[in-house]
Amino acid sequence: MTDTTVSSAPEGEVKGRSLFQLAVLRFRRNRPAMAGSVMLVLIACFSFLGPFVISHSYDQVFSSYVTVPPSLEPRPGADALEAAMKGVATRARVELQSFSVEGETFTAVVTAEDPIDPRTTRYFDRANEFDRTEVVTSEDEGRKLTLTGIVDREYFLFGTDTNGRDLMARVMLGGQISIAVGLLASLVSLGIGVVYGAISGYMGGRVDNVMMRFVEILYSLPFVFLVVVLVVFFGRSFVLIFIVIGAVEWLDMARIVRGQTLSLKRREFIGAAEALGLTDWQIIRRHVIPNTIGPVVIFVTVIVPKVILLESFLSFLGLGVQAPLTSWGSLIAEGANNMQSAPWLLIFPAIFFVVTLFSLNFVGDGLRDAFDPKDR
Amino acid sequence: MADMRKTMEPILTVRDLKVSFTTPDGDVDAVKGIDLDVRPGETLAVVGESGSGKSQTMMGIMGLLAANGTVSGSAKYRGREMIGLSTKALNEIRGARITMIFQEPMTSLDPLYPVGRQIAEVIAHHRGGTRKAARPRVLELLKLVGIPDPERRINSYPHEMSGGQRQRVMIAMALANEPDILIADEPTTALDVTIQAQILKLLRDLQKRFDMAIVLITHDLGIVRHFAERVMVMRRGEVVEQGAAADIFDNPKADYTRMLIEAEPSGRKQPPPDGAPIIFEGRNVTVDYKIDAGMFRKRALLFRAVDDVSISLREGQTIGVVGESGSGKSTLGRALLRLVPSTGSYRFGKTDISHLDRAGMRPLRRSMQLVFQDPYGSLSPRQTVGEIITEGLYVHEPQLSRAARDKRAIEALKEVGLDPAARNRYPHEFSGGQRQRIAIARALILKPRAVVLDEPTSALDRSVQGQVIELLRDLQARHGLSYIFISHDLSVVRAMSDYVVVMKDGKIVEEGPADAIFSAPRQDYTRTLIGAAYNLALQG
Repeated sequence: MTDTTVSSAPEGEVKGRSLFQLAVLRFRRNRPAMAGSVMLVLIACFSFLGPFVISHSYDQVFSSYVTVPPSLEPRPGADALEAAMKGVATRARVELQSFSVEGETFTAVVTAEDPIDPRTTRYFDRANEFDRTEVVTSEDEGRKLTLTGIVDREYFLFGTDTNGRDLMARVMLGGQISIAVGLLASLVSLGIGVVYGAISGYMGGRVDNVMMRFVEILYSLPFVFLVVVLVVFFGRSFVLIFIVIGAVEWLDMARIVRGQTLSLKRREFIGAAEALGLTDWQIIRRHVIPNTIGPVVIFVTVIVPKVILLESFLSFLGLGVQAPLTSWGSLIAEGANNMQSAPWLLIFPAIFFVVTLFSLNFVGDGLRDAFDPKDR
Repeated sequence: MADMRKTMEPILTVRDLKVSFTTPDGDVDAVKGIDLDVRPGETLAVVGESGSGKSQTMMGIMGLLAANGTVSGSAKYRGREMIGLSTKALNEIRGARITMIFQEPMTSLDPLYPVGRQIAEVIAHHRGGTRKAARPRVLELLKLVGIPDPERRINSYPHEMSGGQRQRVMIAMALANEPDILIADEPTTALDVTIQAQILKLLRDLQKRFDMAIVLITHDLGIVRHFAERVMVMRRGEVVEQGAAADIFDNPKADYTRMLIEAEPSGRKQPPPDGAPIIFEGRNVTVDYKIDAGMFRKRALLFRAVDDVSISLREGQTIGVVGESGSGKSTLGRALLRLVPSTGSYRFGKTDISHLDRAGMRPLRRSMQLVFQDPYGSLSPRQTVGEIITEGLYVHEPQLSRAARDKRAIEALKEVGLDPAARNRYPHEFSGGQRQRIAIARALILKPRAVVLDEPTSALDRSVQGQVIELLRDLQARHGLSYIFISHDLSVVRAMSDYVVVMKDGKIVEEGPADAIFSAPRQDYTRTLIGAAYNLALQG
């Protein structure tokens, strides 16, 4: 009899494939979703590991490089350095014969009518651009000196903002904050929404009625109004932002979970659990919540971009994170103000933002297909 | 007549048909190269257990496979190749020359449109013309399939009709273009026995009238015996045996066919000794369902699902509860376990449990268990089998260690004839019969004294049904269990129970020892039920 033994399982491999594992398998074969996940990992690495790689911090002000456009060349460029060197030479009352830069070091040949005091190098060190200037050779009884030293050159791949801060460092920080707000606020909404929705849906009747009317009342409050009130009472803080957003977003989650629970409630395994004598809370925890996971996971991938957008919106209004901290939203807001004079301030954060949202949407689509396969 | 047909040219010739499905674990061959012929006006029954590929064969021919399925081989309708035809070309044949009716009449009609419109749509689509012009034809068809008062019913929505009527509408739709071949995929499985007999009779009459061939896909050999001229037995995508119905039934050549034929539940249960104590009793049980008051209705409507029913169960006894769907038998089962609000007095052993609330009932739950009909729905898909069956222990014996629970799980699985390794796997990896065994293991791990079995075999194949019944009887003998066995399938009830209660519209119409009920039913209703189950009322 085929029915009496589980003959299909190969020996030794008795661990079955859970629905979740099957979903992972399906997800892996979904190209756009996988590409989206890879993109997300790359962006997360860029945001969280990037600051350890680059030398600039997000609040470091480079007063000599305000609003410089992005470039692969180090700053200042050779021309600018030469001009600076000329300036220094004039101040030191020497004449610049030749000047060249190789990587981080420069070589300058200066001449004067009288022998040059080697201490003149201090003039060079005093400039922002040059450091540790030394005399290499001295010819003509000190009238011609060859100087070498270190050039202080900076890379601004994304350019700098209007305060002279490195945009790349700012985009990394913005990414950290946006991703953190996105995830944390989604988790807050997930936690509240799933438990609330499952209880409301499972209990049904009057409890359900009261709980859902409460949700509707919250729905009817304007979001911005709520945020402004909270910000006024508690002041602006990073923690408050995701609590506020999470506290608004859980409403959707609660409704979705409630709907799921209502249909689950009629499934026989819930009846079986009841017949076994499980308490309501045990049924909710052991049977209802695990079975809503599919739609919930999918909904979270929708909530994350939504939350990031909300945070951007708040930051755009000036209710978000406080300077010098920043988020993609506030960077974009800043960029939008300088769109004509410094378009890169808008372009770079916007690229990251858009790519993240796209990736999240692809991943969300992939998860939906993986968890809810119609072809099986 | 049958001889004459043998010489006739087949209208549908299928050669080396293969169907396979792509899954993450590689391709699964559902149909492994089968040949079949359908001659004009004959009835061919394709028989097999679920998973034998009988439905997928037909779906493959009709180009109705799921997205991950592929079909190869050849299927010629009057010399015209159907495999690989474009959808448009295929539609000239399917729906017009070859039509199909499905198992589930509840879901195969669109709930948004009146049935008349849905039939008219089919006619208008294949013959041209407007839906309005098709109206006389629709009325004619509805009359043909025996829908009473077709003038009025033409405007009914599917939800206003019973299951049997919907299946009739489906048949009317299939007949609309006078097909040569009607493929009926388990057309009566979802219906009550009495309706089942009527639908089969209708199909037979229509077949005679239009001289069309019927391909009947079913797992129920009872139907095949009375209905088909030729039988093809399938197993695991291959044809095991085919031939004239009489030959197959009288001397089956393959072991598998023999097994299928002998799978009719057999045996009788001996009643418990007279002095057996009553372990469970429900007196004057009444269950009312409130139909929601809604916004504009003043008072909520009450629907009485169970009306003043009394039942008492002795130790070792099996009470069979039979009735058509809607008779309140399932509700009665749940009311007895105090899972739905009800009035009446209940005793468990000597204690009165009428006034216990949910929390008060909880300690008693371990002694009174429930097994459900649908082995697919009654197991949580996100738990392993081990977690599912030990759930009761988690509630009633929380002091048990993990290892002790695991040991009990192994014992329970062995007891229901499953490999203990199954406990690490998930329900979706098991067949229907195996799942029902898991559900039984879950109920038995608590060592209950009474079990309510709510149609535990209805969703299973006949051969698997036999095994599950064996198992239940065996467990009853070993542990002295008492069962309340709810079923619409009288042959199963007869094999399982020593006392039978017949229910209709929430009331008990007749009750008595099983043998008495089956051999000398007193009520007309009981007689109809038994007649429908055993004779299929087709001879006439």
